[in-house]
Amino acid sequence: MAFTLPAESEKIVEDLLTRYPTKRAACLPVLHLCQRQQGWISAEVIAYVARRLDLATSEVQGVVTFYTMYHQHPVAPNVVWVCRTLSCELRGARALQKNLEQRFGCPAGGTSKDGKFTLKTAECLAACGQAPMVQINDEYHENLTLESLNRLIDEIAAKTVS
Amino acid sequence: MADYPKLLTNRYGLPSSWTMRVAEENGAYAIARRAFTVLSPEEIHAHVKDANMRGRGGAGFPTGVKWGFLPKGATKPVYLVVNADEGEPGTFKDRTIMELDPHRLVEGCLITMRAIGAHVCYIYVRGELVKSIDRLEAAIEEARQLGYVGQSPFGVAHPVEIWLHRGAGAYICGEETSLLNSLEGLRGEPRLKPPFPAVAGAFGSPTIVNNVESIASVPDILRMGGKEWAALSRLPNDGGARLYGVSGHVKRPGIYEAPVGISLRELIYDLGGGMLRDDRPLKAVIPGGSSTPVLRPDDLVDAPNAGHILHPWHGKSHIDVPLGVDTYRALGTMLGTCCAIVMDTSVNMVEAARNLMHFYAHESCGQCTPCREGTGWLHDLLDNLCNGRGKPSDVDLLVDVSNNMMGNTICAFADGTAMPMLGFVQKFKDEFVEAGKHGVRAGSLGESAFSAPGGGAR
Repeated sequence: MAFTLPAESEKIVEDLLTRYPTKRAACLPVLHLCQRQQGWISAEVIAYVARRLDLATSEVQGVVTFYTMYHQHPVAPNVVWVCRTLSCELRGARALQKNLEQRFGCPAGGTSKDGKFTLKTAECLAACGQAPMVQINDEYHENLTLESLNRLIDEIAAKTVS
Repeated sequence: MADYPKLLTNRYGLPSSWTMRVAEENGAYAIARRAFTVLSPEEIHAHVKDANMRGRGGAGFPTGVKWGFLPKGATKPVYLVVNADEGEPGTFKDRTIMELDPHRLVEGCLITMRAIGAHVCYIYVRGELVKSIDRLEAAIEEARQLGYVGQSPFGVAHPVEIWLHRGAGAYICGEETSLLNSLEGLRGEPRLKPPFPAVAGAFGSPTIVNNVESIASVPDILRMGGKEWAALSRLPNDGGARLYGVSGHVKRPGIYEAPVGISLRELIYDLGGGMLRDDRPLKAVIPGGSSTPVLRPDDLVDAPNAGHILHPWHGKSHIDVPLGVDTYRALGTMLGTCCAIVMDTSVNMVEAARNLMHFYAHESCGQCTPCREGTGWLHDLLDNLCNGRGKPSDVDLLVDVSNNMMGNTICAFADGTAMPMLGFVQKFKDEFVEAGKHGVRAGSLGESAFSAPGGGAR
């Protein structure tokens, strides 16, 4: 089925198009809008964005595959990014990741058995002074310990309907 | 802890510091008003030149000089693009400006647009920094409500617009031409230079690309006067005060404002509160983001010649040399973003290098073969060395691969990978050769986890 955006999002697209001298420049923000709507970027989303911005689908696909934030496959309602780069690893990031892999029963890149969490590793998230940290959906959670991370996951799991 | 004057960070601690009301009650936009109503664009530019500010994004190019590269009498619109794609490992300073004082950045954008004759500014913010994005968008909207962003800011017919453009997760987009491609809706692959952005940047128009901290410093430069602001620094040709970051094995990781030219020793042992554990001394420090070659505290400055820039520190430890663009270049490393990663004696340098090379292999955009292949190759070699599958001759291969990456690519990413790689091997060769014979004991990174929580900006 063809992908469409609801009317209020279409208004945002119209507004975005006024900000740049070219239509193409709205590609990243429109993809963000679509992902917010659907959770990931499907072939239908790519076709929609291409049509909306007068681009070839291959051009939009090229953009989608270049950037790590666009999910090319469906993800769980919660995406957990564990920062693995040096400052975080010096302060225990690897232990956080192992803990989550055990808890979710999947390696980084996979989705938990209950379907509530997708686990990913991230490269430096610019929170080095507050290491170790994870990003869950839009939120940063910093200065973590194994205990505080587990509590956090408990809370989010309780709120998520699978 | 030394108590340095707070300029850039003077509103950080206030409740709701990110709102227009608090920012304006504490001085925001007074300088922008003066820049529009009293000063001429030439006068603003002269102050920024006098300030001798070395760009805060990592390359250290003088901001005032960069503004001067715009062609005179251009017929196309001039753009200001702010690089807020903070992503260099170890670096977390620009985020504090956007989260705690976004109005300072908006004010800096207004003044800069006035100075360079731009009417549109795009702030390219790293996509993951959702809090920065929310606060900055709210600040721009507040400024729009008051007419500071709009058709006639402060009653002057110089229309200005500021748009926030959200990235989508790609370290390379911090490289200015890659950022411009990403702004234009393309894959973030760097462009060949020339033409430089000042001549043909965003949408083919003359464009100035500046880092967040550089732009946020402009209001203070005008408030104090360029020369006075420059004199805050302890070094010549490298003016002002700046944000320093420290992370890793220190007691008080965080962001601190201090004059240009404090030393790593002051950053680690004074501002950073000293080493995390008293039984584990400093082994190595990456001074300004992962692309800057590592330093050892037991290496001494060798500059017997009185004319040498480092002569005043001859015989002292490398970590006693003041943090400056030129002093650090002379030391064989780079100042970069001025955000240090501190490692104690528990850290194996082969593991540390592997961690960083994983980063570079993941983030190479893949456009140039030496970089795409080289970064992956370096990571594979290090992975083998760590897992006991390597051999001592792999160490020479690390050097060989690095040397073949340098200078053979479109942008500086490959050099920014090869330089720190060579630095690690040069400074800790024994450890790499040892790993080639016996591998690396598992868990040689991150053993001192979870002690002493860090803080944000202080």
